[in-house]
Amino acid sequence: MLTFTLKRLLSAIPTLFLVVAATFFLIRIAPGGPFDSERNLPPDIRANIERSYHLDEPLLQQFGRYLKGVVRGDFGPSYYYRDRDVSELIAESFPVSFTLGMTALLLALLGGVTAGVFAALRRNSFSDHAVMSLAMSGISIPNFVLAPLLVLLFAVHLQWLPAGGWRGLGSVVLPAFTLALPQAAYIARLTRASLLDILGSDFLRTARAKGLSRSQAVWRHAMKPTLMPVISYLGPATAALLTGSVVIEQIFQIPGLGRYFVTGALNRDYTLVMGVVIFYGALIIVMNLLVDLLYAWLDPRSRRRQ
Amino acid sequence: MNKHGANDTVGGRSLWQNAGERLRRNKAAMFSLWLLLFFVVLVVAGPWLAQHDYTQTNLSLGSTAPSLAGGHWFGTDALGRDVLARTLAGGRISLLVGLVATLVSLLIGVFWGAVAGYCGGRVDALMMRFVDTLYAMPFMFFVILLMVVFGRNILLIFVAIGAINWLDMARIVRGQTIGLRHREFIQAATLMGAGTLTIIVRHVIPNLLGVVVVYVTLTIPQVMLVESFLSYLGLGVQEPFTSWGALVNQGALEMETAPWLLVFPALFLAGTLFCFNFIGDGLRDALDAKSDEDGW
Amino acid sequence: MRRIIILLGLLVLLWMGWRLVDDPAPGEGAGDADTLAVLHRGNGPEPESLDPQIARSDSSGAILRDLFEGLTRLDPDGKVIAGAAASWDVSPDGRTYTFHLRPAARWSNGDPLTAHDYVFSMRRLVDPETAAAFAFFLSPVINAPEIIAGDRPATALAVVALDEHTLEISLRAPTPYLPGVLTHPANFPVHRPSLGHHGREFTRPGNLVSNGAYVLSEAVIGSHYSMEKNPNYWDAENTAIAKVVYHQIANQNAELARFRAGELDITYTVPNNQFALAAKNYPDQLRVSPQLTTYYYGFNLRRAPFAGQRGLRRALSMVVDRKLLAGSILTAGQKPATGWVPPGVANYTAIEPEWAAWTMAQRLAEARRLYRAAGFSAANPLKIEIRYNSADIHRNIAVAIASIWRETLGVQASQLNVEFQVLLQDMRNGKADVFRSSWIADYDDAFTFLEIMRTGAAANFVGYANPDYDDLLGRAAATPDADRRRVLLQEAEAIMLEDQPLMPIYFYVNKRMVASRVKGWQNNSLNIHYSQDLSLAGADAAD
Repeated sequence: MLTFTLKRLLSAIPTLFLVVAATFFLIRIAPGGPFDSERNLPPDIRANIERSYHLDEPLLQQFGRYLKGVVRGDFGPSYYYRDRDVSELIAESFPVSFTLGMTALLLALLGGVTAGVFAALRRNSFSDHAVMSLAMSGISIPNFVLAPLLVLLFAVHLQWLPAGGWRGLGSVVLPAFTLALPQAAYIARLTRASLLDILGSDFLRTARAKGLSRSQAVWRHAMKPTLMPVISYLGPATAALLTGSVVIEQIFQIPGLGRYFVTGALNRDYTLVMGVVIFYGALIIVMNLLVDLLYAWLDPRSRRRQ
Repeated sequence: MNKHGANDTVGGRSLWQNAGERLRRNKAAMFSLWLLLFFVVLVVAGPWLAQHDYTQTNLSLGSTAPSLAGGHWFGTDALGRDVLARTLAGGRISLLVGLVATLVSLLIGVFWGAVAGYCGGRVDALMMRFVDTLYAMPFMFFVILLMVVFGRNILLIFVAIGAINWLDMARIVRGQTIGLRHREFIQAATLMGAGTLTIIVRHVIPNLLGVVVVYVTLTIPQVMLVESFLSYLGLGVQEPFTSWGALVNQGALEMETAPWLLVFPALFLAGTLFCFNFIGDGLRDALDAKSDEDGW
Repeated sequence: MRRIIILLGLLVLLWMGWRLVDDPAPGEGAGDADTLAVLHRGNGPEPESLDPQIARSDSSGAILRDLFEGLTRLDPDGKVIAGAAASWDVSPDGRTYTFHLRPAARWSNGDPLTAHDYVFSMRRLVDPETAAAFAFFLSPVINAPEIIAGDRPATALAVVALDEHTLEISLRAPTPYLPGVLTHPANFPVHRPSLGHHGREFTRPGNLVSNGAYVLSEAVIGSHYSMEKNPNYWDAENTAIAKVVYHQIANQNAELARFRAGELDITYTVPNNQFALAAKNYPDQLRVSPQLTTYYYGFNLRRAPFAGQRGLRRALSMVVDRKLLAGSILTAGQKPATGWVPPGVANYTAIEPEWAAWTMAQRLAEARRLYRAAGFSAANPLKIEIRYNSADIHRNIAVAIASIWRETLGVQASQLNVEFQVLLQDMRNGKADVFRSSWIADYDDAFTFLEIMRTGAAANFVGYANPDYDDLLGRAAATPDADRRRVLLQEAEAIMLEDQPLMPIYFYVNKRMVASRVKGWQNNSLNIHYSQDLSLAGADAAD
């Protein structure tokens, strides 16, 4: 397992390098720059700023300079938030995204797995269709419609929960719920399909033949294999949560990491964009590694295949 | 009286026929299929159904509520444009984006996955390494970057979304291909001297059809949602075109003062997404031989 | 296995709960001594910097105005009054200003505030090393343009500390709006020792030493900035509110939702699409006043079809029924604009082109004549493209105007929505036929509007170049007499409107929600409201 981990981490480096290079050159091609505004800078001043940020150097030289910094752990100052370093911005916002994302993931798992199991055991009945319809609404209603609706209901009219901000336990509820809903839908569908698969298998029939009741058979023997695909899905799910949070962060004013993807690109904040992309890439690689390790630990068969 | 007459041949039922039977028994999926068909017909027949042109403004009218008598069944927006016409026009674009982007991702993904799965070894490792690299990139961000760099062309939207969405397809196809590789008919073809490419195109891909069809049905709604997210960011389709995503975004801003701007496009969008998802699930259930009722 | 997962889940939940409870909610936490005395203000998009010489946006401006104080400041009505300088004298030729600082003025850490602080900060503003966007504010000062261009050192700036409390500014020409410009955050002083000690981090809470009514106590990017009353401020006893929190909420609809939920006392704005709702349900809390900002469509004068085609441009402007637009799209009482300088600017009377008073029918007739005279007709329609950046209102106006042009003249105007950054670049490079833009007054004087149309001005995106216009502006700048100056400026504007390099569409309004418990609020056209002028009903006067 150790060699497996090390090999994965090492092979991550060329991957990250490619990601960084692609992002660097792509964002530089984009028209417009970080210092544009309607108060058009007089040419002298524009030249001054660009010089102080090394934007007047050839592109490859800038790239080299940037890489040297990254290796030292310096992601540079943000081009847009001029008082701040990119590493601080990420360090401050990531814990917030993490908390929000983890809460949402837990909610999605709880809700999704329960719904999926419930539906699978009552296959093709009205309950099955009803529960799955409810779950599907999570991926049929865009979150930028649902979020303001929920805010209107719970914060403005009922005043049970805060309308936004990130202070106090109450402010997690609406954002995490909105974020969790689409993932819960995918997990429900995944669980239902997976359980239906398992239900037809021999080892379960054997368990039943041995005298176990239906629910005992399901819970004791079926759950673990059912959840394997769900666990594999956790990697992409985390990725989706992080990027899906852009809308949530904007509507609920949550100081997380997601919005930097969008604002960084739109503001042409080159360094912030690079920092966030590297961070995201590293995070995905680590998450996928953890998920694979978890999968291997739970499923002895895949371990042997390594 | 025997059900089978003397002239009937008692033949077997193909896999496809079995699947079709199972699908027909799935009431939710069948209902979704008919509803989807209804939406598609409405949307395509839009220009002949709607009484107004979807780009026709009427500034003195402004935003008005739906009224049968007034001729604007779904109401009008702030510029006096007919919401019914716009909803149908938006549907054409949304469905088009869904289909074309999915097609793009289908072409790339199936080819990639089939080649990787069939060839195995070094080729497979290299190709999947590339897929892993792409997975590590924040997808939405790159769509945004592409929009930003190349401007907002509707064709670009199709290609950008499709080009980034093919990864899952490739993975699934590769998995299936690996399973198929050792089947007898493939080995028979190899023995007969068929080249790799021929085998991939003539034997592997047709056998992937089931999985691919399911996946396509499930990708289309995903893609439509991505398009609506792009509209949220202000990077969606340009005027005079509109899409359900764009309409829903604009409607969401005025949901208290002019709810008709949100409700109608949202119903169409959510409804269509619902249908695709249910049909996809139904197809998957139907094509999966193992999941048969068995006293459970 | 299930048990392990459940256990892990609980641990994660516990950790999250701990993290969250760490930040008490407003009105719920320990630490807010008298939570009723906290003012919550919405502040729009995230400020890019809290460094006075570097900050550019309105959001940073609002925060900086509470933290720092310039030589002058604005009263609740928007008139220039004494700030850190108790008084000032102007020489008879209008070229030398002498400011007398208050001897009692202090920094928040107790250090005395001296004229040297202002000298340092103004030099910093024009220094090319700082690369400050608003360096041009000090262009009227002797040597400033040369310093900005890098031809002379920053120490050559004609801003001198005659003694600890006396500051002398020498100008190249009489500049009556100088006291107004000095209220802008770009001209706020920075605490030199802090800057030297902390470098770029001097703007962090705890590091930031400021001379205004408040001191920065907390900064969470993307969320809020909190500040508390500065006991060392010379006017501290008149500062009623003990704590102010600025909430950064970029999404206007979300901001209104928070106001309605009772979480904000003052909003940054009110979204156009919710204006009617606000007016109906919260009429007393909705504050609307004219704003000194003009929304316009610029014509690209550098190439066909608009180069040299004054009549064509005028035709396009004449056919637009701005009242109709305002009624159906704008809905917040924005005033139609045919002139460039908005009404309500100090020392000025707004003017309009002659045809603004005609009936729509007359305008249409004349416009069609001009259109044909320019060589266009139904067989040969004008084909142009309107570029605008992403926002509902820009899109609606573009679609509406394209519609109007098509219906009245047969013009084929396509609309291209581009990102803001891209639009700016297109404007600079002259790639757009017609582009949407707006100009916000930097200070309360007509010059801030008229000078951007000067030949070669940085914000002169249309490419307007009229030597008569420039000449009038130059003469007005050199005239100390206010009435004579006004006449010259109006003549200049009249020339510019006649040339029609752009098409003004409407004048903005300030719209904000202000909760009933906020007292002391006055609408003013500059939309600047210092927290120290406000108080909260029902809270004890904090001290």
